[in-house]
Amino acid sequence: MAEPKSLKEQFWDPVAGFGVTFRTMFKKVVTEQYPFEKLPTAPRFHGRHQLNRWPDGLEKCIGCELCAWACPADAIYVEGGSNSDVPDADGNSQRFSPGERYGRVYQINYLRCILCGLCIEACPTRALTMTNEYELADTNRADLIYEKSDLLAPLLPGMEQPPHAMRLGDDEGDYYRGTYAAPAPTEGGAR
Amino acid sequence: MTTTPEKTALVNVTIDGVQVSVPPNTLVIRAAEQIGVQVPRFCDHPLLAPVGACRQCLVDIPDAGNGKPIPKPQASCTLPVAEGMVVETQVTSKVADKAQQGVMEFLLINHPLDCPVCDKGGECPLQNQAMSNGRGETRFEGVKRTFPKPINLSPQVLLDRERCIVCQRCTRFTDEIAGDPFIEMVERGAQQQVGIAPDAPFLSYFSGNTIQICPVGALTSAEYRFRSRPFDLVSTAGVAEHDACGAAIRVDHRRGKVMRRLAGNDPEVNEEWISDKDRFAFHYARQDDRITHPMIREDGELRPASWPEAFAVAARGLHAAGPSAVLTGGRVTAEDAYAYAKFARVSLGTNDIDFRARPHSAEEADFLASFVALNADVSYADLEAAPVVVLAGLEPEDEAATIFLRLRKASKRGTQVVALAPYSTRGLGKMNGRLVPTVPGEEAAALGSLKDAEFGVTKDAVILVGERLAQSHGALTAALELARTTGARLAWVPRRAGDRGAVEAGCLPTLLPGGRPVADASARIDAATSWGLESVPEKTGRDGDAIVAALVKGDLSGLVIGGVDPDDTSDPAATRAAIEAAGFVVSLEQRLTEVAALADVVLPVAPVDEKAGTFVTWEGRPRPFEGVFTKPGSLPDLRLLAGIADELAVLGQGSPLGFRTVAEVRAEMAAMGPWDGERPELVLGKEPKRPRAKAGAHALASWKLLLDRGSMQDGDANLAATARPAVARINQAAYDALFGLHDGPASVVLTGDRGSVTLPVEVADLPDAVVWVPANSFGRGVLADLASPGGSVTVKGAK
Repeated sequence: MAEPKSLKEQFWDPVAGFGVTFRTMFKKVVTEQYPFEKLPTAPRFHGRHQLNRWPDGLEKCIGCELCAWACPADAIYVEGGSNSDVPDADGNSQRFSPGERYGRVYQINYLRCILCGLCIEACPTRALTMTNEYELADTNRADLIYEKSDLLAPLLPGMEQPPHAMRLGDDEGDYYRGTYAAPAPTEGGAR
Repeated sequence: MTTTPEKTALVNVTIDGVQVSVPPNTLVIRAAEQIGVQVPRFCDHPLLAPVGACRQCLVDIPDAGNGKPIPKPQASCTLPVAEGMVVETQVTSKVADKAQQGVMEFLLINHPLDCPVCDKGGECPLQNQAMSNGRGETRFEGVKRTFPKPINLSPQVLLDRERCIVCQRCTRFTDEIAGDPFIEMVERGAQQQVGIAPDAPFLSYFSGNTIQICPVGALTSAEYRFRSRPFDLVSTAGVAEHDACGAAIRVDHRRGKVMRRLAGNDPEVNEEWISDKDRFAFHYARQDDRITHPMIREDGELRPASWPEAFAVAARGLHAAGPSAVLTGGRVTAEDAYAYAKFARVSLGTNDIDFRARPHSAEEADFLASFVALNADVSYADLEAAPVVVLAGLEPEDEAATIFLRLRKASKRGTQVVALAPYSTRGLGKMNGRLVPTVPGEEAAALGSLKDAEFGVTKDAVILVGERLAQSHGALTAALELARTTGARLAWVPRRAGDRGAVEAGCLPTLLPGGRPVADASARIDAATSWGLESVPEKTGRDGDAIVAALVKGDLSGLVIGGVDPDDTSDPAATRAAIEAAGFVVSLEQRLTEVAALADVVLPVAPVDEKAGTFVTWEGRPRPFEGVFTKPGSLPDLRLLAGIADELAVLGQGSPLGFRTVAEVRAEMAAMGPWDGERPELVLGKEPKRPRAKAGAHALASWKLLLDRGSMQDGDANLAATARPAVARINQAAYDALFGLHDGPASVVLTGDRGSVTLPVEVADLPDAVVWVPANSFGRGVLADLASPGGSVTVKGAK
């Protein structure tokens, strides 16, 4: 036969169990209502990549493939191409970046990418940086291979969609050394 | 050069405390390699003469062999060893290490830090050795010297002057190896740079080698510039398919596409050099007209078909057509040639097979059967050792580039090159050769005259005869006769990579595989036994020209044709007519050529980088290679022929070939082995009738230039831009007669029995009444647009 319960056991103990619950009701809520309410990440969060532009809109990427080389997950594919100041048959400029070389094909496969940031460290021109965007999910595999057009930074005021001639200096040295009369180099959201 | 070991007393030296014995005159840098010490170097190259230009290889010499130290560090790439010498490299000597770091620092002062965009980045000796033997941090704070970049040395070769470290490998290569000193060091001091004369671009057939040996990224090719980085390339060893020299190459590819080709290192064949054609001409396999699926003709139009359907249709067509012949073309691998040879005998029951898609003769077929097949007398090394090398019907610089480089190397050591040619070509000049002026068609007499002692053709001499001698009646017989009387060794040098293999594999009307003569009953029985047949056809077949004639006449009805360009054949118009007249044509092609467009069944074959195979060099040396890519729908000729043979066997004609893969063919060829019985004799037939030369007509001399309008150079615009221009050449007297005292560029109109062409004209030391034109550098080529083989042309000045 069981011992009869004491008064404490009968009345206090069941309520005491809710103590944490009651106390928490009066504290600040930490749950994030993620899909409905989006909160900023830490400033240096490793999110989706971005290919930056010079203030005149030319691409910073030179297609050197060092990012692809650094990538431990083999997620990046780059093909280089030659810039030319000679217009093509239709009279369009063939210059996408200052200097001789640009990234003709640039793909990041987010099925493979582990967002480690080694590519950012490898980039010699700061063309590749990471944004804080973390919503990298999709319903099919093909769409998770981001092309250059998906990765390029948006055109800010004063920028012009390449291909076009170098607007900020006579040669690439002016760009690399920063010796151009700058329309303030605001790089689209990148750090 | 310095690397060749000589059989003499060895010299003992101590390097980094390790005793090593090396032949006298070995350079210290090589002796150090023997004990596994890599002294950093840029200008030093084992195949180039030592120069000591970059100073990177400094070592300390505490004892020069005479008990005294050399007070300053020495360049180990120019210092020969001495008995008792003590050497301390950067491994043990602080002095040497500091000296090397200092030199590296100087080299890097003006070298730009553009490694990320440099084609050499990742495989760069400067990068690597700056890491291994340079200082960790730079002390240089000034402004680097810059140049506008890049400049074109030629349409193909680009120079980034600021990257150059003035090691002079490129200029030394062009001067010592290729003999085309178009590039030279210009300016002085910090401005010293590689330059060209304003009116003479770097148009060397071997210019690509300078790009490969450049230890920095100063020389790049327009073809490969910015195309990929070394670390995403996969390298596969291969064999060059453009000539019969069998040069070793390295194929670098990325994602199923060939990005570039480099010279392989094979001391017995091409050393480390290849021609620009071998290096840059590889886009032909990626042209838009590449055939990717079988096609059959239905209601007059070609339509796509499945493989089984195409095989069945081809077999039904050939079965219905009756007597059929095979033309393989000269580009097939030995395995594919063997499959063609067996297919003709086993499935078609005929000896009507010929690989010679060019002017040929019965004399040549006999020569090939009696002398060339199974003969491996002469090798590249023999060319170097021979006191005299005779060239007949062969212009090595254009037709066999690797032979040219070997002969040039040999000539610098005293080999006398004697060329039977219409004029002194640039190539002959570079080999310091002696010209025996020869009117086309009179090579036989010229060869006979070489017995004269003044030419020095003795038993150590080598005679190289080109495939063009087939056009000159009696010349091959005369060459054989010259070899017999003098004891000199003789070798036949075809132009195409597959020619020699096709001889060995039996793609001739008179020859079964392994050099078995068709006319010899025991050889036929041997072949039949090997193939498990009761017999093989005993009637000697028709050669290429006879097959064409028989097709036109209707004696033959079916045709299996490989990579044959009608414009290469002796009579292009007749070949076209024959293909059109043929009852049923099966074409095995890579691209939708003129022949494929006329065929009833078109079967796509794999180009060389998509299949394994073997090319046999002119020496008779087999050069096997594995496929670079594995593409399921890309099949070698032998698999297609096996497929057709299977279907023919179902129809009751012939039997299956018994192989489907390259490996099976190789095994079967090895099992069959070479013929060890008697060889046929060379019988000189009657001279074929030739059109009488008109009074005042010029005899036509011609050969194909290395870079011309050949279909395997399609798609390589930069390479084509480095080709030599199409010019006609006549002698001074003829020029004066046409143009008098006219100064400046002139053109001539050449008119032959097949057409007329206007070309710029140049003067050369040709005999009277001879004109030279390049064979495939204008229009559809000489045979289609100008004159028949051995024909003559009239020459008029153009307004």
